[in-house]
Amino acid sequence: MSLQNLHNPDTTSSTTGPNATGNGPWLSARGLFCERDERVLFSELNFDFLPGDIVRIAGPNGAGKSSLMRILLGLSAGFEGELFWHGKPMAQQVYDFRSQLLYLGHQVGVKGNLTPEENLAWFSPAATQDDIYGALKKVGLSGYEDLLTHGLSAGQQRRVALARLFLEDKPLWILDEPFTAIDKEGVSELEQVVINHAQAGGLVILTTHHDLRVPVKTLMLGGTETEMPLC
Amino acid sequence: MLMALLKRDLLLAFRNRGDLLNPLMFFMIVASLFPLAVSPDPELLGVIAAGVIWVGALLATLLSLDLMFKSDYEDGSLEQMLLMPQPAMLMVLVKVLVHWLVAGLPLAFIAPLLGLMLGLPNGGFMPLILSLLLATPILSLLGAIGAGLTVGLRKGGMLMPLLILPLYIPVLIFASGSVQAGVQGSDYLGHMAFLGAYLALTLVVAPVAAAAALRISLAR
Repeated sequence: MSLQNLHNPDTTSSTTGPNATGNGPWLSARGLFCERDERVLFSELNFDFLPGDIVRIAGPNGAGKSSLMRILLGLSAGFEGELFWHGKPMAQQVYDFRSQLLYLGHQVGVKGNLTPEENLAWFSPAATQDDIYGALKKVGLSGYEDLLTHGLSAGQQRRVALARLFLEDKPLWILDEPFTAIDKEGVSELEQVVINHAQAGGLVILTTHHDLRVPVKTLMLGGTETEMPLC
Repeated sequence: MLMALLKRDLLLAFRNRGDLLNPLMFFMIVASLFPLAVSPDPELLGVIAAGVIWVGALLATLLSLDLMFKSDYEDGSLEQMLLMPQPAMLMVLVKVLVHWLVAGLPLAFIAPLLGLMLGLPNGGFMPLILSLLLATPILSLLGAIGAGLTVGLRKGGMLMPLLILPLYIPVLIFASGSVQAGVQGSDYLGHMAFLGAYLALTLVVAPVAAAAALRISLAR
């Protein structure tokens, strides 16, 4: 994957953001506060995610991992605080942020009534058939390209979505529980893909209950104190 | 991306064609029950034909609105669509276009047949077809707002008609009015002009409103 031309040299012109230099943090938060049902999930959360980082958002069930992810994605407005993308306020950067984002959620958006090839063709319209076949081969779905996806197992259906990691040349990956329903061998392959992406200069933010054999930064949520080893 | 979405949705519509035939069947059943229940007298039926067909078309559209976003919401595709860099209102327009092609346009094709069956006088056919062609896109556009607002609700079944019907009433009045005018041999261009203006208005406003509604539904 080529991840060269990602830094806009003109990001230095920003005035408000943290460290608004070309090599500065990609995704930053200042003073994030979120509560659900009158329970504070996190408050005064600050972080800077740099290119090359693998960030794991951790915490017990209900600690707000998915809520934080939805806030980062801009899908949830129920928070206070500020988000920055390349040092500029997120509100001005929505197009740029989204065009560099690859997000896999709990539900991966794979349609049972489409074949794996058709599913991927709409996720990545720029991909050719060869690209799609190649990506499906990498996730172990050779020979399943033109079977309807609802005939595949749960793990295979998730693998269809994971094939996007090979297809789309996006520098920022946000992955919510990417290892769910994936077998042991698949998990270690996936870990390697994540490492490769980070080493190529991408940024990976993920949640998982698996023990990762990957050097990660951990953002711990939950409990009364919020541990913040990242700032 | 938007072309890919259009292609995908049309393909899905074709694969799920059973779902899509339901509203059309409903439309035909409603219209064909009236001669049995009211009276087979062509004179009487001719008088109510325009109203019956239009009420049937409106209810059939309401029935099909649920399909617009529901399955995409449930399997996470809708999140992916809202995270596309393109504005969400364009995505909504694609969804509306697909809904109109598979649920609205067939109504306009089948309606003349039902008109014939109900003994609609000759002057009524032209305004019936024209009004359906002009007004079914309005129904899809306004419906997208209701579908967007209720997509996250587990029991939104009755809420959507309540939200949307008041906006549908002008369509019903002017569309069936145009057919009545045609039957009586008077000019129906005024009605058509109103429907055209309403279509222009909803084409501008509804995608923005529906996109906002979807964001609210997904924000939880």
